[in-house]
Amino acid sequence: MNRQSNTYTIIYSIVLVLVVGVVLSVVYQALRPMQVENINNDTKRQILAAARIVPENGESIAELFTQHIKDSYLVDMAGNKADSSVDAFSVNVAAESKKPASERLLPVFECTTDNGLKYIIPVYGAGLWGPIWGYIAFDDNGDTIFGAYFAHQGETPGLGAEIEKPAFRSQFDGKDVFSANGDFTSVAVVKVGKEPQDKAWVHAVSGGTITSQGVQKMLFDSLEPYTTFLKNLSSKANQ
Amino acid sequence: MNVNKSLLPLVNPLSKDNPVIVQVLGICSALAVTSKLEPALVMAVSVTAVLALANVIISLIRNTIPTSIRIIVQLVVVAALVVIVDQVLKAYNYEVSKALSVFIGLIITNCIIMGRLEAFAMSNRPWQSFLDGVGNGIGYGIILVIVGFFRELLGSGTLLGFQVIPQWAYDHGYQNNGLMILPPMALITVACIIWVHRSRNKDLQE
Repeated sequence: MNRQSNTYTIIYSIVLVLVVGVVLSVVYQALRPMQVENINNDTKRQILAAARIVPENGESIAELFTQHIKDSYLVDMAGNKADSSVDAFSVNVAAESKKPASERLLPVFECTTDNGLKYIIPVYGAGLWGPIWGYIAFDDNGDTIFGAYFAHQGETPGLGAEIEKPAFRSQFDGKDVFSANGDFTSVAVVKVGKEPQDKAWVHAVSGGTITSQGVQKMLFDSLEPYTTFLKNLSSKANQ
Repeated sequence: MNVNKSLLPLVNPLSKDNPVIVQVLGICSALAVTSKLEPALVMAVSVTAVLALANVIISLIRNTIPTSIRIIVQLVVVAALVVIVDQVLKAYNYEVSKALSVFIGLIITNCIIMGRLEAFAMSNRPWQSFLDGVGNGIGYGIILVIVGFFRELLGSGTLLGFQVIPQWAYDHGYQNNGLMILPPMALITVACIIWVHRSRNKDLQE
């Protein structure tokens, strides 16, 4: 058979593509369940990290998660639990953050820790090169940050990527997101020497200015819709 | 050096015919994944696996491939293998696949792979092609690991994530060199390796 003829070439490419297509879809189907589990476990690890729960050697993330996260639900802008059949864990925070605040699904995870009940809220924003996201754990007074977790897709290693390091994250512990007179101020991420008087602040990553500003904006934009929810928590705590 | 002639495809690419520092191929990924040692290692293993398998597959079907679409056939085979590597990593080593993210996909465009398929596998038997793939993969990997070693050591003070520069050095004013983490230093490190390599192998000097 003439291997250089057009017919041979066309048949050859069709067969090749079919074979490759079948192989790839089999591989995809076979590995899919494990991949989904990995992705879910990774999200759970991040949520728990915000409440300063880090798996010791050998502990299963999935088990830790069910052990600590007793309840999760969606709230609305008015701070009420939204009547929804949607699972808080499956909410796509990235997609929600692009909607206007009033239409967003706002997930909350209740986490029981050795230090009491914590409320974990997901945040999502933009860094220098791509998305950044994180989880903020609040004390049950709805004001004080208990712990923060940040991650990023592709910030510069050693510069913007430092936001995921404990040295940066631990600065948030104990910061209040409401000012003394009850306004939502979030937490500012500022350069040394630029510390504001009227709100809580942390120091930015040196050399990671854009990413640091991204963190500040992400916190403000993502936490603001929760203002009423957090205030309700604080009034409950004061009773 | 006295080596069995049939092993030449395996041994040559390690030094005298190294794909990165002699042929200067695959520089783009050497630059991207070497800021830490671990991704460099995984990338080296992944490229070796893809290259060896692609070489064997292409070599097996080399007599059936129509000349006019041979590059396309090679690309399809490589792309399929890379997707499989990516999926396997996502299923069994999620942390590393997160760290490498887009670079795994970029193996497809690694010039070494297309270069070896076209230059070697298209005209050699499967076993020889396999050796050639492994040899070139390792030759590429050695350079990646050397570059990753120096960039992580000098840039972060760690190796494979473990702190190796002691705390007292920092207390006495030592600082990690942030420039080492940025891409340009990968090229400069590769250039230093080429310099050393050529001054030891006079016959490579132009």
